[in-house]
Amino acid sequence: MRRQVVVAGHGLAGTRFVEKLCGETGAAEKYEVTVLGYETRGGYNRVLLTEVLAGSRAEGDVFLHTPRWYADRGVTVRAGVRVVAIDRNRSAVFCDDGTLIGYDHLVLATGSSPMLPPIRGLRRGDQLLPGCFAFRTLADCAALVAAAGQAKRAVVVGGGVLGLEAARGLAERGIRVVVVHRPEFLMNNQLDAEAATVLRRVLQDMGTACHVATGASAVEGDGWVAGVRLSDRFVLDCELLVFSCGTRPNVQLAAAASLATGRGVLVDDALRSITDPRILAIGDCAEHRGQVYGLALPALEQAAVAAATVAHGGPPVPYSGSRPVIRLKADGIDLAAMGDSCDDPHETGDDAAEVVKFVDPVRGTYKKLVIRNGRLTGAVMFGDVGTVGTVTVAYDRQTALPPDRLHLLFGGSGERPRGGDPAALPDDALVCLCNSVPAADIRACVARGARSVADVAGRTRATTGCGTCRGSVAALLAAGCAAEEETMRYAKAG
Amino acid sequence: MRGTGSRAAEHVTATHCPYCALQCGMSLVTGTGGVEVRARDFPTNRGGMCRKGWTSARLLNGERLTVPLIRREPGGLLEPATFDEALAAAATFIRTAQRTFGRDAVGVFGGGGLTNEKCYALGKFARVALRTKAIDYNGRFCMSSAAAAAQRAFGVDRGLPFPLADLARASLIVLVGSNLAETMPPAMQWLSHQRESGGALIVIDPRRTGTAEAADLHLQPLPGTDLVLATGLLHLLIAGGGVDEQYVETRTTGFDDVRGIAAAWWPARVERATGVPAAALQRAARMLLGAPTAMILTARGAEQHAHGTDTALAWINLALARGLPGRRHSGYGTLTGQGNGQGGREHGQKADQLPGYRKLANPADRAHIARVWGIDPGDLPGPGPSAYELLDALGRDVRVLVVAGSNPVVSAPNAAHVEDRLRGLDALIVCDVVRSETAALADVVFPVTQWAEESGTMTNLEGRVLLRRQAVAPPPQVHSDLEVIAALARRLGVSRGFPTEPREVFTELRAASAGGLADYAGITWERIEAEDGVFWPCPHTDHPGTPRMFTDSFPTPDGRARFHPAEPAVSTEEPDEDYPLWLVTGRLLAHYQSGAQTRRIAELASSPGPFVEVHPVVASALELADGDLARLASRRGSAQLTVRVVDTIRPDTIFAPFHWGGAMRANTLTDPTLDPVSRMPAFKACAVRLSKLEAG
Repeated sequence: MRRQVVVAGHGLAGTRFVEKLCGETGAAEKYEVTVLGYETRGGYNRVLLTEVLAGSRAEGDVFLHTPRWYADRGVTVRAGVRVVAIDRNRSAVFCDDGTLIGYDHLVLATGSSPMLPPIRGLRRGDQLLPGCFAFRTLADCAALVAAAGQAKRAVVVGGGVLGLEAARGLAERGIRVVVVHRPEFLMNNQLDAEAATVLRRVLQDMGTACHVATGASAVEGDGWVAGVRLSDRFVLDCELLVFSCGTRPNVQLAAAASLATGRGVLVDDALRSITDPRILAIGDCAEHRGQVYGLALPALEQAAVAAATVAHGGPPVPYSGSRPVIRLKADGIDLAAMGDSCDDPHETGDDAAEVVKFVDPVRGTYKKLVIRNGRLTGAVMFGDVGTVGTVTVAYDRQTALPPDRLHLLFGGSGERPRGGDPAALPDDALVCLCNSVPAADIRACVARGARSVADVAGRTRATTGCGTCRGSVAALLAAGCAAEEETMRYAKAG
Repeated sequence: MRGTGSRAAEHVTATHCPYCALQCGMSLVTGTGGVEVRARDFPTNRGGMCRKGWTSARLLNGERLTVPLIRREPGGLLEPATFDEALAAAATFIRTAQRTFGRDAVGVFGGGGLTNEKCYALGKFARVALRTKAIDYNGRFCMSSAAAAAQRAFGVDRGLPFPLADLARASLIVLVGSNLAETMPPAMQWLSHQRESGGALIVIDPRRTGTAEAADLHLQPLPGTDLVLATGLLHLLIAGGGVDEQYVETRTTGFDDVRGIAAAWWPARVERATGVPAAALQRAARMLLGAPTAMILTARGAEQHAHGTDTALAWINLALARGLPGRRHSGYGTLTGQGNGQGGREHGQKADQLPGYRKLANPADRAHIARVWGIDPGDLPGPGPSAYELLDALGRDVRVLVVAGSNPVVSAPNAAHVEDRLRGLDALIVCDVVRSETAALADVVFPVTQWAEESGTMTNLEGRVLLRRQAVAPPPQVHSDLEVIAALARRLGVSRGFPTEPREVFTELRAASAGGLADYAGITWERIEAEDGVFWPCPHTDHPGTPRMFTDSFPTPDGRARFHPAEPAVSTEEPDEDYPLWLVTGRLLAHYQSGAQTRRIAELASSPGPFVEVHPVVASALELADGDLARLASRRGSAQLTVRVVDTIRPDTIFAPFHWGGAMRANTLTDPTLDPVSRMPAFKACAVRLSKLEAG
């Protein structure tokens, strides 16, 4: 008898859960999996929507698995079907197409919904005023892309990560974009004021103005958006108005079924509801140890934990939370923020913390490391961030940091310039790798009378391997010969 | 200079270098008092050689075995014996073990440096004379992951499906986990020509090696994360519209599943898993998108993992999505390491294979080989255990082991355990040129001829079949492996079917491989000589051979290449509080494999090593300085190595070459977790702890 596993929600978390559960040995014989998702086109990667908005990715390239992939694993996908209620007594879910599906395990991966500010003029009945958009689903994205064709000016309300990505995406389509952000500075959940100022300056230089410490108070327009009035009464004219004011976990289903909820569905370290162990919650709708992440990578990690819970009764090690890294993805902007990156430990009187900073506002660079007990607890890397991979790894793995912090701030991009003067090579530099010949040996050879590359090859074997060093040997030879002649001249003159 | 000729008293033999898979053409000059190595123009190396090649003649009069040895009593010393005594002792060990424990109680462990003829004869010896299923070889530790991947994707595994010289014509080359500048130095000339003609080079390696120094872009990922990196590049290729849709549609199957996996690996996620900045990954993707022709070449750094096959498949997926395999100056390849790493995997010393890449599990393949060998197909044993599994079972399932052309005491993973297992055997029989660390443990040692003392064919990294020619006579009591095999078979009651003339063995090999994937039927020694080698497949004598494969179709049932979903994974043993660093192992220019040959050549032995490369920030944290002696410990054992402080390695990773034995043996530390498909051990990434032993 196969166990019935029902997954409510077909986003990244739900898809990852199915991947992991179906990856277990003998999964097809053990589980009968049904995935329900209200979006009609199946599971896709929401993270990529800003690229679709920017026009740098085709809409079709966001989908995760083909119908055949699910069929091969015996998974039933019901696209466009939403769970409307959970009957815990009967262990079944009711769907909006009138069906009832029984479960042994129910996985809530219902995600979150965009929050819209309660401002005048935004709504027309239960619809938004045309030209106004939330930016959440593939359908939102498609509608926004369609409308963007006609627009010249756009306003994005909300200067968080997603709002800024949307702003840059629209700007890449040639639209003039202004960002409106109610808090004092941009990305205030991730950045400190100084970093946010550098970011704002960079955006400004790219043509995206940011109004901070001011909110939207009313939407102007009749039949189509014409502008947005700010709390300081200033009006920004626009043909597109995009809201990115945070999200709210979708917990209505769980709450209606009397599962404990806070901001999200409360779950234990195996991601089971603390009320009903047969129900799990993952991703944006889950609240674990007080955390609702609202981010893709924690959702993926939770999905893997939940799959282990269903398959083995629990993960190999209890889930203790994720280490979120925020990455702003936009053309021309490279920003990563992680951990306690937004506060300044010295201002908060936290003497145990060590802060290492490098700021170059003119070049748009801001790097900050927060270190406690020799481990990285927070960081902002913005601008020239060749070491961002090293920093992220150090944060993720909590490796003990070496005393020298600078290698975390400065380092190679991996680009290797060509050229350089071979004649200036230090004596111990290997010129001929194939035959381990250092520059010193070639110089010595010249001093002892070698006058051609063949002479040098005969005495040192340099150039007799791959031959790539022929140019360097010739340069060292020329420099050596010139020096010899110089010496001779002096000798004669003396 | 071709064939043999003479100039005054000199005698010139056109042959090839004894070491790596490049098999550089060289001339050996005799008759002038010694043996001298001279340059020979050959299409792969064009006269160039590294110091290993230039000094190789010293192998001939150096420290080598000259008489058979027998350990007459357990715990006793190895003592000189006659060939007959050694044969009698070996045969007795074998017969006793098989009588008591069954046929499979005798195993054979071969090598990727043996000639095609020896590989063939060794496989036949195991299946026909010993009738054991227990045979595998050290190639399993080399490129088996790439071989398994290529077989799955393309239907056949030939390291490079194009001539090496094609590298010079590619707009972009991506080298994944290869340090060509040290492992195959003369091949660097092709990269140099490629860059001179405007081509670009990307090198992916946790170390900034000599090869990486030559690159336009060097990505320095965490060890074991090449699979994630390949998936991330495919993600960006798809986003950038770089998929060759027509190629994917007409020449491949299975892309949709791979597309779905790639959609889940956006640059920021890849950055977290690999440590490679998203911007650098995007730079690499742009280079790939902008290149009209491109080659993706993997080597051990990508392949020697418990997810090595999937890693190679992920790079193949990228190549297929871009439409590279089978196109001019483009494609995917693996850079084979051992001298006959290519031929060694084709002719039946692999646990599951028969000559010509035929399968032991396939009834038609068994019938063909049984016909050539004149036996009943039912008498052929089935597939046996893979190399590490075989070594791990010594003293338990396998009581007597015959080793030829391999030094597993140094080269196997978890080597202290393997050494212990070898000691647990009822008897160890070794055929070798030198007294290797493995030969030193043996009960019977047969000294065998080496490269210039015998003739035979080798198949280089391009799939080009080459001829090594005898230049000097072996010492009087030294026999070829073929002679040892034939004599031993005779003692075991099989007096026919084991010719000792290499050319005769090759003729039989041609018939055995006929109709197989690696078809040598049309290759003759005369043709090899006249044509600077012949590329397989070459099914009949008027077939020109196949320098470039896949131009029209792939040898799969439907003629299409197959995408395989490769779910990103990372290494099996991640660093933790107890073992906080990654160890990667590899080779140095002056040495070849277990170092058994090169460590015996004074000029090579005097070059730096063994050592452990440590980043300055790690060195300062552990108060280590250049020249200090450090202890490296993993969950499997420990080693002692001299510290070399370099800023070319990742700070979370240390590097040690694996050419040495004893306390300096890097393989004492390595992880024997096996790839589920290729059975490749996870050599290339394990967790270690480093500490100071004493100041230098």
